[in-house]
Amino acid sequence: MANLSADFIGIKSPNPFWLASAPPTDKKYNVERAFEAGWGGVVWKTLGSEGPPVVNVNGPRYGAIWGADRRLLGLNNIELITDRPLAVNLQEIKEVKRKWRDRALVISLMVPCDEDSWKDILHRIEDTEADGVELNFGCPHGMAERGMGSAVGQVPEYIEMVTRWVKKHSRMPCIVKLTPNISDIRKPAEAAKRGGADAVSLINTINSITSVNLDSFSPEPMIDGKGTHGGYCGPAVKPIAMNMVAEIARSAETRGLPISGIGGITTWRDAAEFMALGAGNVQVCTAAMTYGFKIVQEMISGLSQYLDEKEIGLSDLVGRAVPNVTDWQYLNLNYVAKAHINQDDCIKCGRCYAACEDTSHQAISMSPERVFEVMDDECVACNLCVNVCPVDNCITMVPMAKGTVDPRTGATVGDYANWTTHPNNPSVQAAE
Amino acid sequence: MTNSPLTPGIVPGRLPAAAYAANFADHTPPLDGHEARVAADRCYFCHDAPCITACPTAIDIPLFIRQIATGTPEAAATTIWTQNILGGMCARVCPTETLCEEACVREAAEGKPVEIGQLQRFATDVAMAKGLHPFERAAATGKRVAVVGAGPAGLACAHRLAMHGHDVVVLERRAKAGGLNEYGIASYKAAGGFAQKEVDWLLSIGGIEIRTGVELGRDVTLDQLKADYDAVFLGIGLAGVNALRAAGEDLPGVRDAVDFIAELRQTADLSTLPVGRDVVVIGGGMTAVDAAVQSKLLGAENVTIVYRRGREKMSASGHEQDHAVQSGVRIIHNAAPAKVIGDGHATAVEFAYTQDGPNGLTLSSETFTLKADQVFKAIGQTLTGAPDGLAVSGGKLAGPSAKVWVGGDCAAGGEDLTVTAVAEGRDAAEAIHAALSGR
Repeated sequence: MANLSADFIGIKSPNPFWLASAPPTDKKYNVERAFEAGWGGVVWKTLGSEGPPVVNVNGPRYGAIWGADRRLLGLNNIELITDRPLAVNLQEIKEVKRKWRDRALVISLMVPCDEDSWKDILHRIEDTEADGVELNFGCPHGMAERGMGSAVGQVPEYIEMVTRWVKKHSRMPCIVKLTPNISDIRKPAEAAKRGGADAVSLINTINSITSVNLDSFSPEPMIDGKGTHGGYCGPAVKPIAMNMVAEIARSAETRGLPISGIGGITTWRDAAEFMALGAGNVQVCTAAMTYGFKIVQEMISGLSQYLDEKEIGLSDLVGRAVPNVTDWQYLNLNYVAKAHINQDDCIKCGRCYAACEDTSHQAISMSPERVFEVMDDECVACNLCVNVCPVDNCITMVPMAKGTVDPRTGATVGDYANWTTHPNNPSVQAAE
Repeated sequence: MTNSPLTPGIVPGRLPAAAYAANFADHTPPLDGHEARVAADRCYFCHDAPCITACPTAIDIPLFIRQIATGTPEAAATTIWTQNILGGMCARVCPTETLCEEACVREAAEGKPVEIGQLQRFATDVAMAKGLHPFERAAATGKRVAVVGAGPAGLACAHRLAMHGHDVVVLERRAKAGGLNEYGIASYKAAGGFAQKEVDWLLSIGGIEIRTGVELGRDVTLDQLKADYDAVFLGIGLAGVNALRAAGEDLPGVRDAVDFIAELRQTADLSTLPVGRDVVVIGGGMTAVDAAVQSKLLGAENVTIVYRRGREKMSASGHEQDHAVQSGVRIIHNAAPAKVIGDGHATAVEFAYTQDGPNGLTLSSETFTLKADQVFKAIGQTLTGAPDGLAVSGGKLAGPSAKVWVGGDCAAGGEDLTVTAVAEGRDAAEAIHAALSGR
């Protein structure tokens, strides 16, 4: 059994699976249940300034989209930061940390954008013995209207400024949580790094409307006939999150900046993918909200098995895929593959045919006996047939060997060559 | 009532009163909304889907399932009825395991097809419960068509003709419309009087007059119909029953299974319907199974189906055979009746074992005897009462001739299934419409 213990910016935890700052980490009761289930750490749900706590709506807070069999694919929420008194949260954090010394406990913070507010909250959390702070510059709903959350995270200068304040007034490790509601995720990450952040965590939730009620004509979740945009999360956002993690991991300006990966992580495999793209650990929320805390047991056993089978340690996994994330212009244009349909596995549904015939390259033939075959002289290897096939691995992409002739183009498969040197590239011609 | 399953002879009331309702309740309970959504989720929406090809009425199955999955079962029902106006009954009685569900790619993938029949029932039940009838009559054409036989073929033909604006008169020899849906199907497959509800629903399109108690050849001739109407459709079914050609088959206690099934369907209080203690059913089709299972459900102690060939030759589907066995019916293969034994009433049947060889069936000298106070003959139906002058092929009406179209079990081609009859009736209506429109 692989050793999963993780050291993320000096914060140790028995495994790299943390619960993200969110409803599941709002109070001692839940957090202790999470620790009992095996979670390596939690980021306590965001605390605000001293004073009257925020209030939440008293109608639905969550909206969702589903896949087949009502499997939850995406969730959005309009819940604000903790609505419990600051003193209660601080007391519980202290109690939990004393009882669970081996687990990571990080406090998420969101206070108004002035130095005194940040100084004050940092002093108040000092004697909780928490392991670090996470600056919530991410939540896109509610608090952003009050100049906090993603309203800060969308302005790199603010991120840098607040991060500096935090590092100035606290010795705690500081993680800056980024909003994805921005055009270039590298800019806020760079700002956090300039401000002295020890790490970034991402993504926070994505602005979204999950559905519209076609009877009341209101967005869901609907509060008395009205709805507002909420923060989207869950399996559906994972591809967006992974790209953002990878962008930061491979950018020259931010390379080496520790990343806590967040966004739709549901299984050990999702976690491993984030880590391969550079995340030193991962944070989970929607999967726990969907299935309960017990899922961490599958994550632990699955990641252990994977590392054992690969004969690598956890730290070997982190960033392992980063060198292979590149720009389109560097992709090998001389790499040629063809789809191949395994007739033994084919159940003859014809989805590949419909997809290819109607929407792609007319490269699949259909016989009267419903035998579907790829026509190599038409196939551009787009992969759509693979994606729509209901049978795993029935259709595969088979690379052509170097030196063979692509029947579609008549060209011989050659050595690596990319767009930067391609004759059709205007900038290449301009240079000549 | 003091009778029990052990009471000798053919007697009513073998079971406690409450048992009848339970035994003859809906054999396959309908899916509820949640179950239907889960079942519909499994459809892959195949290209040129094999299930459509396998359906004799060619219902666009992937489309109607997608309509269920997206919360519009009413639209799904319209898709079904557009091809098969008796889609509700077919959802209940079709041998789906040899038709659409056998062709389902998920049968190939996992051995578990999408539950197409059950989903079809869900959609049509929902729409019928809402009183939807999504078809209207075209402008009246002034043409009149006679349909003989108010079974599935005749009803499907009549509805499609009415839709096209023709006036239809349906002549039915029995007291009720519905044909085998009303008289020939096991009660638990069409519980709750569904056959008549569906007939009423079908007729709500208007333009169809049903005249019951009118028999072709007895009350009216084909020539009269041809003279009085612009076209005639014959969907007269197979009214004759094959004989055993075994000694003793005229003894009291020996009966045609189709009559028993029809009587059972028309009996309001099943505790009054007599059934034997030891019932033997001779035959290998759906009729044999329906008679045997219902005998068991009426409280017969021992029910045995005896079929002269092997299991694989039985025309009852594997699903039906399993249902019979699970209901407590014993099935004996490869045995043919030699004689019915009895003094004034059947008491037993002697069978000879058979061999099914390249030169046909041969009887062995090896015999056995089954106790039988009631014997049902279910060895197939034949065409009787067909008007003279019509071409006959393989014992069935061969095809259309001047002003006369045919369809359903009485017509050559296709299996003798409700769904096939619907397809033939519908297609004949289209052909009649084309002819009457001068196209």
